[in-house]
Amino acid sequence: MARATFSIWRGEAGQGKLIDYTTDVSEGMVVLDAIHDIQATQATDLACRWNCKAGKCGSCSAEINGQPRLMCMTRMNQLDLSEPVTIEPMRTFPHLKDLVTDVSWNYEVKKKIARFNPRKPDAADGTWRMQQEDVDRPQEFRKCIECFLCQDVCHVLRDHHLHDEFIGPRFLVYAANLEMNPIDAENRLEDLRKLHGIGYCNITKCCTRVCPEEIKITDNAIIPLKERVVDNAFDPLAKLIGLVTGKIPGP
Amino acid sequence: MADYRAYDHDVLVVGAGGAGLRAAIEAAASGVSVGLVCKSLLGKAHTVMAEGGMAAAMGNVDDRDNWKVHFTDTLRGGQYVNNWRMAELHAKEAPDRVRELEAWGALFDRTKDGRILQRNFGGHRYPRLAHVGDRTGLEMIRTLQDHGIHQGIDVHMEVTIVSLLKRGDRVVGALAYDRHHGGFLLFRAKAVVLATGGVGRAFRITSNSWEYSGDGQALAYQAGADLTDMEFIQFHPTGMVWPPSVKGILVTEGVRGEGGVLLNNKGERFMFKDIPENYRAQTADDPEEGWRYTQGDKEARRPPELLTRDHVARCIVREVREGRGSPHGGVFLDIAWIKERLPNAADHIRKKLPSMYHQFKQLADIDITKEPMEIGPTTHYIMGGIRVDGDSQMSTVPGLFAAGESAAGLHGANRLGGNSLSDLLVFGKRAGEFAARFAKENVALAPDEGEVAERIKEALAPFDRKTGESPFQVQHDLQAMMQELVGIVRREDEMVRAAERLETLRERAIRVAVTGNREYNPGWHTAIDLGHLITVSEAIILSAIARKESRGGHFREDYPEKKAEFAGFNYCVRKGADGAMALAARPIPPLPAELKQIVEEMK
Repeated sequence: MARATFSIWRGEAGQGKLIDYTTDVSEGMVVLDAIHDIQATQATDLACRWNCKAGKCGSCSAEINGQPRLMCMTRMNQLDLSEPVTIEPMRTFPHLKDLVTDVSWNYEVKKKIARFNPRKPDAADGTWRMQQEDVDRPQEFRKCIECFLCQDVCHVLRDHHLHDEFIGPRFLVYAANLEMNPIDAENRLEDLRKLHGIGYCNITKCCTRVCPEEIKITDNAIIPLKERVVDNAFDPLAKLIGLVTGKIPGP
Repeated sequence: MADYRAYDHDVLVVGAGGAGLRAAIEAAASGVSVGLVCKSLLGKAHTVMAEGGMAAAMGNVDDRDNWKVHFTDTLRGGQYVNNWRMAELHAKEAPDRVRELEAWGALFDRTKDGRILQRNFGGHRYPRLAHVGDRTGLEMIRTLQDHGIHQGIDVHMEVTIVSLLKRGDRVVGALAYDRHHGGFLLFRAKAVVLATGGVGRAFRITSNSWEYSGDGQALAYQAGADLTDMEFIQFHPTGMVWPPSVKGILVTEGVRGEGGVLLNNKGERFMFKDIPENYRAQTADDPEEGWRYTQGDKEARRPPELLTRDHVARCIVREVREGRGSPHGGVFLDIAWIKERLPNAADHIRKKLPSMYHQFKQLADIDITKEPMEIGPTTHYIMGGIRVDGDSQMSTVPGLFAAGESAAGLHGANRLGGNSLSDLLVFGKRAGEFAARFAKENVALAPDEGEVAERIKEALAPFDRKTGESPFQVQHDLQAMMQELVGIVRREDEMVRAAERLETLRERAIRVAVTGNREYNPGWHTAIDLGHLITVSEAIILSAIARKESRGGHFREDYPEKKAEFAGFNYCVRKGADGAMALAARPIPPLPAELKQIVEEMK
């Protein structure tokens, strides 16, 4: 059986170093299997998050050879095992221990986005009618498993630390899902511009590349949202009509 | 004084999957203060893995469906040992619970006229499962999560309950530890709802995540509550079998609902060879009729691949045992064949089963639009659990409620696919409602400080031992033992051996040692989980030895037939006065006349 070496970040609260562990590698094995083997036999206090081990819960996010990925969906045959494989925590969030980071900021951000607010039911049975082609778009965004890899890789957060001013790709996707829900009646465009910092995104598409759900974050969520935000705030024709009809007070 | 942080909530909900979230939302809506404890991060609970859909007789696709049909399907699937009151409430209330999700932002797949689309599933007479592709569980948990965070619920993430705390007969709170810092939390609560899910981690091959260690069942048992039906475990027929690292991961029943067929290594559709008598009238005569059923032909009857899970799993085991299995010890599940019937079949499969397509592509290098999958049974679900009142979901301990997989009754001896997600919503809501009512009618009582200190000392004991086995090793051996001796095919002699081995494992479990500090220490956590796993394993073994017949998920090689004399009761276990686990048979109350008439009409 083949063997491979894993250089795993060990330590607490940002202090730490890479430590090498060697383990057996079998057919079809994923990185999370190696972590579990090491945990069971060499380092019972090695901290990592995981739940489903099937790419559905988004818990086991890490940086594998520098790439943000889910450990449960990264197979050994995708990696060069002649060199040690480095496994590090997501670097954009405060470090807790080993591979575990404090992602609580994400949970706080979500609460600040105006919640789903449906219009009154309009079908006779007290529900709504929606066509499949109208729900296709938001359904793409609802595939998100909240692994926060897109947040991890986004340079606005990772390098510029603008956590107080920018909600990050995950929550732009979340906002897009709400804005494009056929029965939602809320308007979040002003908030997106002023509170959520959508303008900081300069569409480098790093988030799209790391999304394990293959959501086209930039093209399908962020760019359409940016267009709506701009139309809402700066469209001269709309402004003129607004002035004429009195919806916008004159100077 | 013991070292802990204290929190006061009117209602404490333990578990943040579908049932826990729904309970917390309902309790908060009634105006009481609510604490919600998640073993992991919010939104990561096992509900996220549910694929096929949630069963609700809305009749959007076939207007012959109604609650009575759903009710009788549930009893038939459960082999008539269900809590019939729960089956009745579930069938009646599920449609409203589904529509409520839509009002909270869920986006289900649609019918042509714009309503919620429903799909076929095993044991359901009509297309009944509201769904979103094959990621319905994710849709459900995210909808509840995104709604729940605006309801004023205090969420405690990565916190694990160590023990329930009582004063007299009543539950008055719980002791927990927080994984980040390794510190203890004392929750004082007027009512506690357990919604902790199942016990799959007691077995080696399972579709369940690490969290599924029987916490709720074991905590309730230790607090004096009854557990019931613990012998009834569902081995889902279709788990992945290859490569080894993915063994047990679920392959949704939706594959068969969309026309997927089961084949042995001779290419035979072996499910046609064995159709149980009570399903014969509802099952297709030939592959042609079965295909028409999956495509929505209302005159056609369902293919035998969509018989109940217990039966399909046993047929697969038989094929493998008799040498007709696939190369890696399973059988073949083929959806690619539908290209003979449908134009653009590959696109259709990717649209209807996107997660399955990716799962096999990424983890097994299999393109399911081109070649068959290899699948075999995997430990999936426990029908048994905490015995509750059908209306209120209160256990036999005052102030202690349970909902979802951790509670028992709705599913009897075998759960129908799709009935779990609707179970979470219907009984999560009820548990939240009645727990809140209990909290309003009762005063808070302070837990006993001495008991708290004692429990903290016990929880920390693994750190005091300088030498000792790794908790992972003991857990591994327990899983191997349960898989081998108390798995899908059971025998008296093997289970007696299991009971003996469990005593050895219990001894080993209390001597494990953990290294490192208390902060985010998975070894320590596993040491705590071990106690729960051993308690539920004992309950499973004891109940499975007692039921000397085969029924639903419980198959006895030495008693392969269903016996009428076992139809009238459920087995219960409870902590005896001497501290040992005591088993008793509890008669099932007779069906009221109007429900009995419905069952007769639908036969």
